[in-house]
Amino acid sequence: MADLSVNIAGVEFNNPIIAASGTIGFGHEYGELYPLSVFGGISCKGTTLKERPGNPPPRIAETPMGMLNAVGLQNPGVEHFIDVELPWLKKQNTVVIANAAGSTEEDYCKICEVLSDTDVDMIELNISCPNVKEGGAQFGTSPESVGKITAAVRPYCKKPLIIKLSPNVADIAAVAKAAEAEGADAVSLINTLTGMRIDINTRRPIIKNITGGMSGPAVFPVAVRMVYQVKKAVKIPVIGLGGISTWQDAVEMIMAGADAIQIGTVLFTDPYAPLKISEGLHGYLDTHNIPSVRDLTATVEV
Amino acid sequence: MKFDAQDCLLVKKTKLTQTIYDFRLKNADLAEITKPGQFAHLLVPGKTLRRPISVCDVRDDIIRIVFEVRGEGTRILSETEEGSMINMICPLGKGFDIPKDKKVIFIGGGIGVPPMLYSAKTAGSNSIVINGFRDKSAVILTQDFRDIGCRLIETTDNGSYGIHGFVTDPLKEVIDSADMICACGPTPMLKNIAAMAKDHGKECFVSLEQRMACGIGACLGCAVGIDRGDGSLTYKHVCKDGPVFRAEEVIW
Repeated sequence: MADLSVNIAGVEFNNPIIAASGTIGFGHEYGELYPLSVFGGISCKGTTLKERPGNPPPRIAETPMGMLNAVGLQNPGVEHFIDVELPWLKKQNTVVIANAAGSTEEDYCKICEVLSDTDVDMIELNISCPNVKEGGAQFGTSPESVGKITAAVRPYCKKPLIIKLSPNVADIAAVAKAAEAEGADAVSLINTLTGMRIDINTRRPIIKNITGGMSGPAVFPVAVRMVYQVKKAVKIPVIGLGGISTWQDAVEMIMAGADAIQIGTVLFTDPYAPLKISEGLHGYLDTHNIPSVRDLTATVEV
Repeated sequence: MKFDAQDCLLVKKTKLTQTIYDFRLKNADLAEITKPGQFAHLLVPGKTLRRPISVCDVRDDIIRIVFEVRGEGTRILSETEEGSMINMICPLGKGFDIPKDKKVIFIGGGIGVPPMLYSAKTAGSNSIVINGFRDKSAVILTQDFRDIGCRLIETTDNGSYGIHGFVTDPLKEVIDSADMICACGPTPMLKNIAAMAKDHGKECFVSLEQRMACGIGACLGCAVGIDRGDGSLTYKHVCKDGPVFRAEEVIW
């Protein structure tokens, strides 16, 4: 059997499949169905310094081959994460990635400092959440702002630092380069694309927040393109996500340039997707006599 | 096992009204652990999101769901042919906790009627069921509720069948005889029932719906505003904390 293990910024993953932040909470629910070690890692629900109630409902709308969400970073706060969630997660035999969010530069620095003092394996900086009024995506929309926030948190972040990039930008490669230049250890992309749906009977947006983040199979080609562009632009590892639903999608994303992948929305369609993707990856690598999934990264021929 | 995603065989499909379908789905493992008021999350071919549908009844290895065609997803579901499989995550959510020794009034409005069947069956013949419909063409499950042996009261908004009026009209007559009220239906109906229950000092539980993604409590999509008890707002989630909530904690 082929080797599925990958190393991202010095952290060993048993396989390249990571649960995407915001889709799996802190793992308890999907942990009822299978051991969380089916994931190489789990990127936990976006966590802020203080508890956040999140946005008023409705928070969800379906789209053609996808969905919008505007949960608004509902989370119990970093203290709860460290005291309650982290000790349990650390026993699940999977890489634990904290997803850190905030409203100000100080928030991001502080939460990185607090998380650096814990057992989390990595920190993913969430500067691309489109669903909160302050912070979130405003830090992720230009190379300058991404460079600035990366530089600001870097001294406070003692863990491997992943910068999660927004696709709502003109030049994703330039944004990734800015993160790399200021000390990011890896980048993950793409976060959701900002979208909107209207109920034609009520003339109101379906989502109370008006706009939401679009995910699911519909965004997959956009994600593949951006991962491809970013991989060519940076030397740090690239974690590819956005609409991956099948093992074939996973192979495609890895060929485009991903060193590891994240899956999210597909869990809602098929909670058993990570097992099927893992099995399919093994099958593909074995069929093509490729010894390691690492040999597949960025092998697209253009 | 608390819940699982499994294929269920559609053994029988009945069209109850122009828009409402009755599916009997076979899966012994899931049927065994499904309780009144819980729901199933049904995979729709070609759709990213599943459709949450409350369980109408469970008998032996059969889970019965009754749903209304509201959009494309439920239309596709309704076209499933007998003998094919539907993948369901089931059972989900916290249902009605029905004490054996209490007299319960179950109230269903429209497509909120089906989950009351399994609930009322569990409570037994001591209970009262009030089901309200838009008009005669929307009336469903009358014989099923009669078979339980409970007292059944039916209303229609336009008086074309049963009592002319809303469920709250007959509720006024019987509310004092009950210990507890369980209701499912349109939000304005639930809000009125909750207010009446409060006035009469009766315990009241309501089953709510909200646009949902994961169905199991991970994504926090299906939020409902809840009073923490001190007037401050928090959000709980229909899929995991509900769908049944104490009426007094819901911020309408």
